[in-house]
Amino acid sequence: MSAGPPEGWQRLHPLSPVVRGGRATIAIGFLLVPIAFGGDTFSNATPQLVIITVLALGGFVSWLVTRWRIDDDDLRIETGLLRRQSLRYPLAQVQAIDVVRPGLARMFRVAELRLRMAGATGGTARLAYVAEHEVEPLRDELLALARGARRGDSVPGEEDAAIAPEKEILTVVATGPLVASIILESGWLIAILGGLIVGFVVSPGTVSGVLGGSGFVWLLSMATVLWRRFNQQYRLTVAEGADGLHLRGGLVALTAEVIRPGRVQALRLVEPVLWRPLGWCRLEVDIAGRQKKKGEGEAQRGRLRTLLPVGKRAVAIALVDRLVPDRPRELSPPPRRVIWKSPLRYRALGWGRTETYVATTSGRLRRVTCWVPLEKAQSLRQVQGPVQRRLQLASVHVDTAGRAVHATLRDRDAAEAAEALAKLTDLARAARRKPALS
Amino acid sequence: MGVEPEEWRAPARQLLTLRRLEIATPALVIVVVLGIAGALSGSAGAWAAAGAVVVIAALSWRFVERRYGSWGYAERGDDLLVRRGVMFARLSVVPYGRMQFIDVTAGPLERAFGLATVRLHTAAAATDARIPGLQREEAARLRDRLAELGEAQAAGL
Repeated sequence: MSAGPPEGWQRLHPLSPVVRGGRATIAIGFLLVPIAFGGDTFSNATPQLVIITVLALGGFVSWLVTRWRIDDDDLRIETGLLRRQSLRYPLAQVQAIDVVRPGLARMFRVAELRLRMAGATGGTARLAYVAEHEVEPLRDELLALARGARRGDSVPGEEDAAIAPEKEILTVVATGPLVASIILESGWLIAILGGLIVGFVVSPGTVSGVLGGSGFVWLLSMATVLWRRFNQQYRLTVAEGADGLHLRGGLVALTAEVIRPGRVQALRLVEPVLWRPLGWCRLEVDIAGRQKKKGEGEAQRGRLRTLLPVGKRAVAIALVDRLVPDRPRELSPPPRRVIWKSPLRYRALGWGRTETYVATTSGRLRRVTCWVPLEKAQSLRQVQGPVQRRLQLASVHVDTAGRAVHATLRDRDAAEAAEALAKLTDLARAARRKPALS
Repeated sequence: MGVEPEEWRAPARQLLTLRRLEIATPALVIVVVLGIAGALSGSAGAWAAAGAVVVIAALSWRFVERRYGSWGYAERGDDLLVRRGVMFARLSVVPYGRMQFIDVTAGPLERAFGLATVRLHTAAAATDARIPGLQREEAARLRDRLAELGEAQAAGL
């Protein structure tokens, strides 16, 4: 295996600081151009050269002091020059492993390995960067260790044959619908573009004035957001292997992720209002991780992984059937009097259960369907607000360790809610006792 | 059928005393200050304000009593039940196997009354199981018992 001798500490790839510098590296490249080709003498370029030297030295030192190794069942990373940090990541708590290759990393043939950990305090273990040809064996080794294999067991044998990446591709997202869906979901984009076009017809001068000023910067940042999404989800492929659910995709930056079996906390099917005429929807999975803190944006949250960025409902449902074999087929609507409390949502509400799963639906405009395995329920809550009390209603929440998806049985008859709470408590207990696969 | 246990355990009576004190003390101070101001200036406004404070304090007093009455917890075979809330009535079911850690905290006022708050944490942030106003011995007993049961029934994520 690539990881070297068992006791050995390893360094990251020597080009790591260059790749990690990312945009800074490109900027430095631009700084060097006039020195190399322009008429500038070296004495004129001294400040630039000093800056470059300092940055390069800093990068080199940070590479020099960072090392990692795999102990029996955890990954250890030591880093820092002055403030030395020794990080230990127990492999049993790994929820998913990502291999990320930004554009620059692909140029230098390196890749980043990210281990997503569980637990309220667990963060993400990052190995940035590892040589491209080493990263996949390393990932497979980490996955095998996480499954409980002993180090050194991983010589090719019967066990490996069973785990061998015999993957079955489930879905691949099509590019056309992906572009259309990103534009359609960003309703504001349509509004702004429409506004601009109308504005251009009415008074071209004003519009070009706006575009020339701060409006241009703003448009650029919008384009970045859209681009990032497209870049991430381009040709996103979902495959099922013995070692978990494999997701890979990306245009410039490639990502490959493996979600370990049984680590899916919840599934969510989202149908934004503008997609619905086309019969499209999006399917996402939630895995355990650090909860969202205040002020954290979508980017850092990142735990909600999209399985199918856009696709026909039938395709998504087929995928759900695959992942949730025991899916509740029939959802029961809430009592009629809910119309007084939630007139808009009323028609969208519903819930159903089997012995192992709960399904809920909500949302008038943006319809959301959640499936939560009862085995993963952390706690159950019954809540009754003042309006609900008057109408004899109550809601039941199924809390999971996921970041974004929580099943809520909203606005049920009070007696039904109490009964559901008791039943779900019992079912969750039974499900915990004999764990099912996700 | 429901999850209702035979018997709810309530926080200590001292919690109610503490909560009442938290209302009565500032109300009393304000009323005295307004009363002095009213007596000195002879304006009706100060007396009216003092009356308003008394009414608000009386309403809060009543509310605090109801809220105290809404708190309850019950230890069942596999899970802990916690209920609370007057306006928003909540009932949480936390399986022992899902508990990640247990906090026992006591603020200065709570300490003066010999009380403590026990808080349960699971891997889900939405879980809010908190029992305030437990006698210190009861809090310690509950903490130890929950820790023990949690360890016995611990389930992986």
